Amino acid sequence: MLELKAVSRYFGGVRALDGLDLTVNEGEIVGLIGPNGSGKSTTVNLIAGLFPLTAGEIVFRKQALRDVPVHKRLQLGIARTFQNIRLFGQLSVWQNLWVAQNSPEDRSRRGFFSRWLGGQTRGRKEIAQLLEFSALGHKQDELAANLSFGEQRRLELARALAARPKLLLLDEPAAGMNAEEIGQLRQRIVDLRAEGITIVLIEHVMELVMGVADRIAVLNFGQKIAEGTPAQVQSDPAVKKAYLGGS
Amino acid sequence: MDFYFGLAQTVGIHTLLGLSAYIVLLTGQVSLAQAAFFAIGAYSAGMLTVLAGWHVVPALGVGSLLGAVTACAVGFPALRVKGLMLVVATLAFGEGVRLFFFNFDYQVAKGGIRVGPLGGEGFRQIRFFPEHGWTTAEVMLFIWVFVIGVMALLWWFDRSRYGAVLRSVGEDEVAAQSVGINLTAVKVSAMTVGGAIAGVGGGLYAHYTTHIEHANFNVLLATFAIAYPIVGGLRTVFGTLAAVIFVQAFLIEGLRFLGDWRNLLFGALIILAMNLRPHGLFGRHSA
Repeated sequence: MLELKAVSRYFGGVRALDGLDLTVNEGEIVGLIGPNGSGKSTTVNLIAGLFPLTAGEIVFRKQALRDVPVHKRLQLGIARTFQNIRLFGQLSVWQNLWVAQNSPEDRSRRGFFSRWLGGQTRGRKEIAQLLEFSALGHKQDELAANLSFGEQRRLELARALAARPKLLLLDEPAAGMNAEEIGQLRQRIVDLRAEGITIVLIEHVMELVMGVADRIAVLNFGQKIAEGTPAQVQSDPAVKKAYLGGS
Repeated sequence: MDFYFGLAQTVGIHTLLGLSAYIVLLTGQVSLAQAAFFAIGAYSAGMLTVLAGWHVVPALGVGSLLGAVTACAVGFPALRVKGLMLVVATLAFGEGVRLFFFNFDYQVAKGGIRVGPLGGEGFRQIRFFPEHGWTTAEVMLFIWVFVIGVMALLWWFDRSRYGAVLRSVGEDEVAAQSVGINLTAVKVSAMTVGGAIAGVGGGLYAHYTTHIEHANFNVLLATFAIAYPIVGGLRTVFGTLAAVIFVQAFLIEGLRFLGDWRNLLFGALIILAMNLRPHGLFGRHSA
């Protein structure tokens, strides 16, 4: 479904990502782990199109993404969350989901005629479903800025789902969460996969990523140092060295 | 009574100017080009009634259209830059338009006298209202029909999804494009609507003062245009109206008895207002 071919991104002299090859198959949950500064977020930002590739190629469903602008990538079916939550704070919870309904079906449904033929009702119904899925129904009229941290994380995930993506990029969704919230997040990720959404998960919380990922790629200094099932990766000597240091 | 009608005319026209900047500010863009769109509306509507003998209503329509077209054309290159660079780019454009009118001569003889814009001397005798016997009160009502219409339109925008999209772009461009919003389309559309509003305002301004010149459309006017929505707050269109009344009726007219001290107080009061109400007179209370 998604293929990264020798993808590189340099910031000045810093090689944030250096020749990464990665394949994500339909319906998979792929974990992306590595120490701080290893290139995980850069990988997500490149797939989402936030900045251009220095070298290499990214192919999504047989389409090269190089010249596809950010908002068009969402319309192709790639949605994301941010490591540092980026909500529209002065918009209500409901409005945050409303402005994010930008899939091709959503856009055609907002046409002049289809709007009056039930298009609006369907959009509202989907927002209600998302609010229920993320347990935010009681907060729908609250400003996003006034939500608690955990609620903001849930809203950001719901906002990414508002365009019914095929591929979901989660950038440290469990950061700052307590054990109970992580358990709920894990359940949500499993539910989303059951609905057929492919997921790339960047995570520092090992119990989460080891528990849900089918396959894990480990990055260090912008390069992939290991890839395999959670069990394979955990016993890989190169991974242990990268995380624990020493020689 | 005519004094109050005249004041209401000024308030109405400045409200249109402020609202043209309001919709652009919603997307987080600070544009100093609004005075230029206002000038384009003023000159084109004035020329159509004086030189071509049009009725004022279609002339305002053309002024508005030209304001919108110019704003759209400026929007594409200008909105590629952000923040201070955008301020400088729009300022340069605004000064360019002003200097164009400084050098713009297009006079024809009508009934023995030559009428039309004459460079630095300006464009005199835009006398549609007096020639058709409109009273000050009627002109005021005419202006306010447009003010209320534009306020209603922007109020409706604000309640619609389009309004929420404008605000989302204003809050976080990266997040907005990541949820599938086309930043260029949103910003240019806001700029175009703003240009149309400024064009109408300028056309009305030309006809109620009957004499315009390049110096009316300088940087000071452009600053006022963005100051109104900033002082009034971006929560609703009424903030801009309140700010115009505060500045035009209270600060400029109400304090006239203070003479030259007024200018000093003027700045101090704006600073005070912004300190007491950092999100504008009608802004939100939450941080």
